Amino acid sequence: MLAVSVAKRRGAFELDVAFQAPTPGIVALFGRSGSGKTSVVEILAGLLEPDAGSLRLENLVLFDTAAAYSLPAERRRIGYVFQDARLFPHLSVRGNLRYGQKRAPAAPHIIGFDEVTELLGLAPLLARRPYTLSGGERQRVALGRALLSQPRLLLLDEPLAALDAARRAEVLPYLEALRDRLAIPMVYVSHQFEEVLRLADHVVLLEGGRVVAAGGIHEISLRPELAAIVGPDAVGAVLEGVISEADAARGLARLNFGSSTLLVTAKNARVGARARVQLFASDLILATHPAHGLSVRNSLAGVVRDIREDDSEAQLVSVDIGGASVLARVTRDALESLGLHPGSAVWVLVKAVSMRSHAF
Amino acid sequence: MPELFGTAELDALRLSLEVATRSVVCSLPAAILVAWLLARARFHGRVLFDAFVHLPLVLPPVAVGYVLLVLFGTRGPLGHWLYEHFAVELAFSTDGAALATAVMTFPLMVRAIRISLDNVDRGLEAAARTLGAGALDRFVSITLPLMLPGILAGAVMAFAAGLGEFGAVITFVANIPGRTRTLSLALYTAIQSPAGDALAVRLAIISFTLGLAGLLIAEWLARRVRRWLGR
Repeated sequence: MLAVSVAKRRGAFELDVAFQAPTPGIVALFGRSGSGKTSVVEILAGLLEPDAGSLRLENLVLFDTAAAYSLPAERRRIGYVFQDARLFPHLSVRGNLRYGQKRAPAAPHIIGFDEVTELLGLAPLLARRPYTLSGGERQRVALGRALLSQPRLLLLDEPLAALDAARRAEVLPYLEALRDRLAIPMVYVSHQFEEVLRLADHVVLLEGGRVVAAGGIHEISLRPELAAIVGPDAVGAVLEGVISEADAARGLARLNFGSSTLLVTAKNARVGARARVQLFASDLILATHPAHGLSVRNSLAGVVRDIREDDSEAQLVSVDIGGASVLARVTRDALESLGLHPGSAVWVLVKAVSMRSHAF
Repeated sequence: MPELFGTAELDALRLSLEVATRSVVCSLPAAILVAWLLARARFHGRVLFDAFVHLPLVLPPVAVGYVLLVLFGTRGPLGHWLYEHFAVELAFSTDGAALATAVMTFPLMVRAIRISLDNVDRGLEAAARTLGAGALDRFVSITLPLMLPGILAGAVMAFAAGLGEFGAVITFVANIPGRTRTLSLALYTAIQSPAGDALAVRLAIISFTLGLAGLLIAEWLARRVRRWLGR
C-alpha cells in the first residue's frame, strides 16, 4: 500500500493531495499539465518537501510532519525516471547504469546488471555516451539506471512525453515487460490516457492540485471527472478480461469478462492472456431489440443504470452489462424516441474494429 | 655563437613557472570552494564576501602587495605566527611571490569556476540524489566533473596571468634574483639598466611565447573537455 497525504504551497499553486494505492502494481497519476502530477512524484522522491502531511510505503514511513520526520531522498531508495532522462553526460551508458547500482545496499537485491540490460535491450549501447543516443534509447537507459538502484518504488514522470509516436511505441513494450516481470510498485505520471490504459491498474485523477477521483481503471473510465480531462470524444469504458478464443488468421479474439463476451480485433492474442479494451462512448449503439442483419459483431444485453448530461447535444448512458458497465453517448432525441430511462433493458452494439484493445 | 638565453632569463622563466604553478595549485581548491559558496550557499554577508573576493581585480596591485606585507611580513601578525609555528617565512621568498600571485589571480579563477557551476544542471544532481548519492558524493561524482571546463579555463587563465604578475609581487617580496625575480620583474630590471636592451627583448619574446602558448592550450583543453561532455 502506498499512502499519500500531503499539502504544499508553491507560489500561487496549492497542492493538496491524498490517495492510497495498492502495491505492487502501477498507479497512474493522470491529469492535465499543471495539475500537480510532477509535484506529487517529486514529493514522493524526497526532492520536494511538503508543508504538511505524511507518506508511507508498505510499513515504511517516508515523511511525516506530525513526527517531524523526513527520510532524505538519497536514503529513500525510490527510483525516478525523469521526463528528460537526465543521464550523466560525463559517464558512458555503462557508467550511468552502474551509478545507482554501486550505491544500492546489498540487500534486498531486486535486479542484476545483466537482467536489466537484457530486459531493456541495452547491451549494444553500453559503451556509448548519452549524447549519441536517441530519445527512446535515453529513456531506456534512464529506466535501467533507476532499476539498478534496487528501488522499493519506481517513479516514472511522463517518460514518453518527450518522444515522438514511433519512439513511444519503441519504449512502451519495455515498460510493460517491467510491470509483468518485476514486483516493483510504480507510479506512472501521464497525460496520455492510452498509456494509462496500457500500463496502469489503479488511477488517480488530478485536477488543479487536488485528487478528483481515484480507483481501478474500469471504475475511473466511467467517471465524469475523466471525461472533463480527456474530452467527450475520448470517453469510454475500459473493460478487462481474459482471451478465450483467438483466431489469428482473421485477426480476431474473444474476450470474456464477467458474464459477457466481446469479439475484438487483436493481432497477437494468446488464449488465457489478460486483455483490456476501451469501448468509446460515441461508437456504441443502443437498441431496444436484438439486432439482425447488421455488420456489428457484438451485441451485449444490459440494463440502463443512469443517464447523465454529457454536453449540450448528447447524453451519456451508463449500461450495466453483467458485472461491468459501459458508456454510450447518444442524442437526447434518440433517448426520447427509444424511451430509455434507468432500468430499461437494452442491447449495446459494438463494432469489433472500433475498440482500443490491448492484450497483456 | 653564445647560447640563445642566458642564466638570467632561464632563472626568471623557471621562477615564473614555479610561482604561477604553486599559486594555481594551492588556490584552486579554495577557488572551487569560494565559487561554490557564491553560487549555491545562502548566508548573511554574501554580497560583501563576493565583493571582498573580487577586490584584487579593482585594487592597485601595489596596494594588495602592501597589505600582504603588513599582514605576512616577519613582524606582521600572520607572518609572525607562521614563522613561530611552522618556520615559514613569506616575505622576500618564492613562497611569498606565489602567495601574492595567488591573491591577484584568485578572482579570475573564482569567476570562471562560478560560471561553469551556474551552468551545471541541478536536475542531474537531483537524479544522483534519487540514485542514493549523498551531498559530498554528488559533488564529487557529478558536480565537479561537470564543472571541469570552468575549472580548467580558470586554472589556465590564472596561470597565464600569474606568470606576469608584477605590482603585488615586487611590493611584497621585492626583486631578488633567483628568489623573487620573475619574468616581468626581470624585464622591468632589464629596461631600467643602461645595457639591458638585448635582455629585455629576449625576456619579452619569452613572455609573448608563454602567453600565446597558454591561450592555445586553454582553447584546446576547453574543446577536448566540451567534446568529452558531449556539448
